[in-house]
Amino acid sequence: MVKFVSSVLYCNMHAMISNFKKSSVIFIVAIFCCVALVSCTSKSEKTIALAEGDNNNQVPEKIDFTFHVKPILSDRCFKCHGPDKNAVEGGFSLHSPEEAYKVLGELKDHFAIVPGDVSKSELVNRIYAEDSNQLMPPPESNLVLEDYEKAILQKWIAQGAEYKTHWAFIPPVQPEIPVHEGDSIWGNNEIDAFVLDKFKEKNLSPSDAVSSEKLLRRITFDLTGLPPTLEQVEKFAANPSKEKYEEIIDSLLVSVDYAENMTAEWMDIARYADTHGYQDDFERTMWPWRDWVIHAFKENMPYDQFVTYQLAGDLLPNANLEQILATGFNRNHKITAEGGVIPEEYRVEYVEDRTTTLGTAFLGLTLECARCHDHKYDPISQKEHFQFYSFFNTIPEQGLLANAAELPTPYITVTSKEVKDVLGFINLQKSELKEVPVMVMKEMVKPRSSYILDRGIYDQYGAEVFPDTPKSILPFEGYSKDRLGLAKWLFEDEHPLTARVAVNRLWQRMFGNGIVATSFDFGNQGSLPTHPELLDFLAIKYRIEGWDTRKMLKYIAMSATYQQDTKTTKEKLEQDPENKYLARVSRLRLSSEAIRDQALAFSGLLNREVGGPSVKPYQPDGIWEETTGGGGGSTASYTLSEGNDVYRKSLYTFWKRTVPPPSMMTFDSSSRDYCSVKRQETNTPLQALVLLNDPQMVEAARVAAVGEMVANPNSENEQIKKLFYKATSRLPNEVEIKSLVAYYTEMLEKVEKGDISTDEYLSIGRSSVPSDINKKKLVAMTLTAHTILNLDETINRG
Amino acid sequence: MSEKKIVEERSLILNRRSFLGKAAMGVGGIGLASLIGNNLFRKGSNGLYTADSGAGGVKGVLDSLHHPSKIKRVIYLFQSGGPSQLELFDYKPLLNQRRGEDLPESIRNGQRLTGMTSGQDRFPLVGSNFGFQRHGKNGTYVSDLLPYTAKMVDDICIIKSMYTEAINHDPAVTFFQTGSQQPGRPSIGSWLSYGLGSENENLPAFTVLLSRGSGRPNGQPLYTRLWGNGFLHSLHQGVQFRAAKDPVLYLNDPKGTTADVKRSMLDKLAELNDQHYQESGDPEIQSRIAQYEMAYRMQTSVPDVMNTDGEPDYIYKMYGSDAKIPGTFAANCLLARRLAEKDVRFIQLYHMGWDQHDNLPGAIQKQAKDVDQASAALVADLKQRGLLEDTLVIWGGEFGRTNYSQGLLTDTTYGRDHHPRCFTMWMAGGGIKPGMVYGETDEFGYNIVKNPVHVHDFQATMLHQLGINHEKFTYKYQGRRFRLTDVEGKVINDILA
Repeated sequence: MVKFVSSVLYCNMHAMISNFKKSSVIFIVAIFCCVALVSCTSKSEKTIALAEGDNNNQVPEKIDFTFHVKPILSDRCFKCHGPDKNAVEGGFSLHSPEEAYKVLGELKDHFAIVPGDVSKSELVNRIYAEDSNQLMPPPESNLVLEDYEKAILQKWIAQGAEYKTHWAFIPPVQPEIPVHEGDSIWGNNEIDAFVLDKFKEKNLSPSDAVSSEKLLRRITFDLTGLPPTLEQVEKFAANPSKEKYEEIIDSLLVSVDYAENMTAEWMDIARYADTHGYQDDFERTMWPWRDWVIHAFKENMPYDQFVTYQLAGDLLPNANLEQILATGFNRNHKITAEGGVIPEEYRVEYVEDRTTTLGTAFLGLTLECARCHDHKYDPISQKEHFQFYSFFNTIPEQGLLANAAELPTPYITVTSKEVKDVLGFINLQKSELKEVPVMVMKEMVKPRSSYILDRGIYDQYGAEVFPDTPKSILPFEGYSKDRLGLAKWLFEDEHPLTARVAVNRLWQRMFGNGIVATSFDFGNQGSLPTHPELLDFLAIKYRIEGWDTRKMLKYIAMSATYQQDTKTTKEKLEQDPENKYLARVSRLRLSSEAIRDQALAFSGLLNREVGGPSVKPYQPDGIWEETTGGGGGSTASYTLSEGNDVYRKSLYTFWKRTVPPPSMMTFDSSSRDYCSVKRQETNTPLQALVLLNDPQMVEAARVAAVGEMVANPNSENEQIKKLFYKATSRLPNEVEIKSLVAYYTEMLEKVEKGDISTDEYLSIGRSSVPSDINKKKLVAMTLTAHTILNLDETINRG
Repeated sequence: MSEKKIVEERSLILNRRSFLGKAAMGVGGIGLASLIGNNLFRKGSNGLYTADSGAGGVKGVLDSLHHPSKIKRVIYLFQSGGPSQLELFDYKPLLNQRRGEDLPESIRNGQRLTGMTSGQDRFPLVGSNFGFQRHGKNGTYVSDLLPYTAKMVDDICIIKSMYTEAINHDPAVTFFQTGSQQPGRPSIGSWLSYGLGSENENLPAFTVLLSRGSGRPNGQPLYTRLWGNGFLHSLHQGVQFRAAKDPVLYLNDPKGTTADVKRSMLDKLAELNDQHYQESGDPEIQSRIAQYEMAYRMQTSVPDVMNTDGEPDYIYKMYGSDAKIPGTFAANCLLARRLAEKDVRFIQLYHMGWDQHDNLPGAIQKQAKDVDQASAALVADLKQRGLLEDTLVIWGGEFGRTNYSQGLLTDTTYGRDHHPRCFTMWMAGGGIKPGMVYGETDEFGYNIVKNPVHVHDFQATMLHQLGINHEKFTYKYQGRRFRLTDVEGKVINDILA
């Protein structure tokens, strides 16, 4: 008889992100070269470097458990000798000293680890074994220990085999601020003191301050997702003082552009979409929730309140409509309407999705890895996974929608009266409907019981569980056993993760990478912090200053670290290829939203209306129609939005999960299938195709060209200069302007010769061309502007 | 650094051999191979392909194959919706004899049902309305619906004992394409692009072609995530080749302009970007220039491969008249051969419309007609060009269909619901035993009685043929090593030649 395997294959499937930043070949080559070169430096440098967990394959003098040993044990040993009790082989595990030191064997005569005694430690014999039956890790695991890793383990045992609690589970401790004296008087605030401390260790030195134009471009993009206007650049260049810079930051932070830009990131975290996500992928209306997020950022709502509303707004005493609306956060997950599915199987997926989101967004833990078994790497048991799950399992929801029209319960109906009275931030006028349903969280009258699900399978009930949290993080004592209690627990002063995870994301926004590069994983398999004391300092500061996000972003922006130049030299690449230690600022490619929004702003086409139903800008014909099964209702075919709604900011672009906007996906948008806290940053030929051929890019170039031709009718030179200035936030140098003017002239010749069909080319896009303009010149100037829009400098923020 | 030195260094960076050689170190685990043409496959004197890192040799993320490979590329003819094995390959006369009788509980044996038939009072057995004849050297039964497939039965290996875990389309298709029922993981083609790279520097390593079935024109939808790169670098995403004006999204030059205008723009961009590189020193700028060049080459190479005007008449005759209609399965099969000739690593076709819950006899005739001739032609065409020996062709859907009728059973019509416990696929080409039938189901066509093949076994076998050990081919993401076959899968050695 055939035995059917029915293991559940779900595990750890967040949205698509990668934990490294730049990813081109050349970059890889650079890293490779640097690794090779670094290995020629002196030994003392290596030792210091390794003390921070740098992988340069050397054995340091003093072995540190957190930085040297545990990454090896976790990655190579924990799978069979770790926290998952049911997977433990040979009756012993290595994740705790009690387990690792205990006596083994039937005769109770040997030990894996005897602290300080290598010869009696069986572990050492096993990792060096020549007999493949003895060797650890065993060959069939496809895992190997490098020689230096074996040496580290051996030396660690020789030095006493000391264990330490995982760093991220120890509450942040206020660190001492490093004091720098003498000639190292670099820096504006405490951030710089910590960063400089690291420079000294690594023998690095800070870069020069960046030019005022670049600084303005940097801060404007980082905070608002848009480039600065020419007027702003010129004004700041005239008086690039610290005071003026501070003033600019303040004004950016109170703008609605800032709120929208922060919202764009939050939409990834909240896996926001305008459709249900499976199969026919019917439309939903969650945009009123998105309008609330914009509102919350505009009001600078403290992060603790912002998160509490979203996790448990409905459970707050006398919850108001705004607080209930905010709980839409946990209903943004996918919902199926595929006829024939077993509803409970999918309902369980939704609860799992909320659990995973809690882990990724707020705890920086991969809670989903403990669904089918105890976590293989972190101290989270399967029982604890389902204790988290049980917080989200008591919603009166259904697993399967019957059709496009069915509204997924529970929901509230937002009416125009409510918008007028209390929810003024919702752009309901824009909707064709007078009232819209929005999914929210709500407790069942009679709560559903929760159980451990054997192997994570929806109908395999194990023991009953109740809301609780792992003691390894912070005991759940004295809180109500519901989502509100969970929110309070998250924001407890002693909570080791919440503030670190949040502030790390703010750092990631400003520098491209977090202090913990794996912003989604602070567990044993995650990256170690590059600046642990700074992370703690910022986490504590954020909390005690009232979770004030604006204040924290400003504080980071005011640091000298943030204001350095991006210039990279061979030496800097060699010393710190990934720029972990920030002796320069990384050039960052703009996000998918910012690339398009910048083009719209460049042309003046950008429609700055805030909120309302998502819109449908240009998209290649037929891509929804090609894949539809015909049952998608309003999402079966794509209808371009009317009027200047096609020029709305990209965060308002309609998100159909099964066929997301291709130009945005090409530039690494999150798919919105799952919570995502970090996007890839890639560099691909398809990106070049979008920038070269997307009608939106051509139209933006043309409208910008028209603008400059009208403004400076007598000087092509001036027109080109302005276009360049607008796109890159700096004036072109002489070589550049000469080169672009030559290009313009060459293109004009082509037009004159009839190589380009003027009428066809100028008809791209919805906007019209002024009748009195010189069309031939316009074609040449459009091509010039389009070239400028494609410059690497234009699509990066330096 | 002096200007001269920067130039020297840049030329070093751009020297392909050096950069491929060094990318081979797999730093950060990024395969750029897809971009640059990674010739991991070299034919040895024994006719097998081995990784060769000798002179001019190129390593990718997999710096060597795990074992000699039988094939260089895969063409996967995915039949979306769940083709009925009982009408096509798995001949069950008992079902005709017992037509209308209830499925015995002992046979169903606890199998969970979809919501579409779980409410049915009865599960009346129903046999195929279409005849089966014996074909080929071994007298293999093939349905009368597939006359062309029947004629090439000696070239293919029919697996009658496939099974899966999902009972609905979305999770089942996702399972086949990514090894997991829930979205988020890389598709097969992305894994291959990542691991093996491309052998054609002008085309993506992973291409996708869609067609709509005539049996159920409005059937199950597809999702672009089925050819998504998941957590791998987006260079490895499947690129859809479309029958539309833009054969690849955003491929065409803006209207009114020409390739010549584009060339001028690229030259200007390269010049200005290069100047900026010299000032800023960010090597990513050089990569950007290279990406623009690749995009430019795609603008020529994609239309070239899509333009079938030069194909002779006898070829169109082989593939059938549909092959002249862009966007049909037959036209896509012809394109698949052309892409195979260009050494594209993974060519994924999806043919929709196999979801026959009702009116199965009428609809499946049309579906079979859509695909039968062209599928057989593709195998024959590859064979006559000597490409079949290093190409694996796969034909099959996401699950099978029930042996009982969904809805009303009449003398002329019936429907069938989804059935995960057994279904049929076939494979042809490199290293697979031709003319073989593998696996067996019971006489009810409900359970497997011999040689079951799980989805992960199928995936493991495919990787094996490409020289990859599925247990060793992993990508570490969020702390865990992921693989296409998740935590299971075994190679089906019995079907390997």
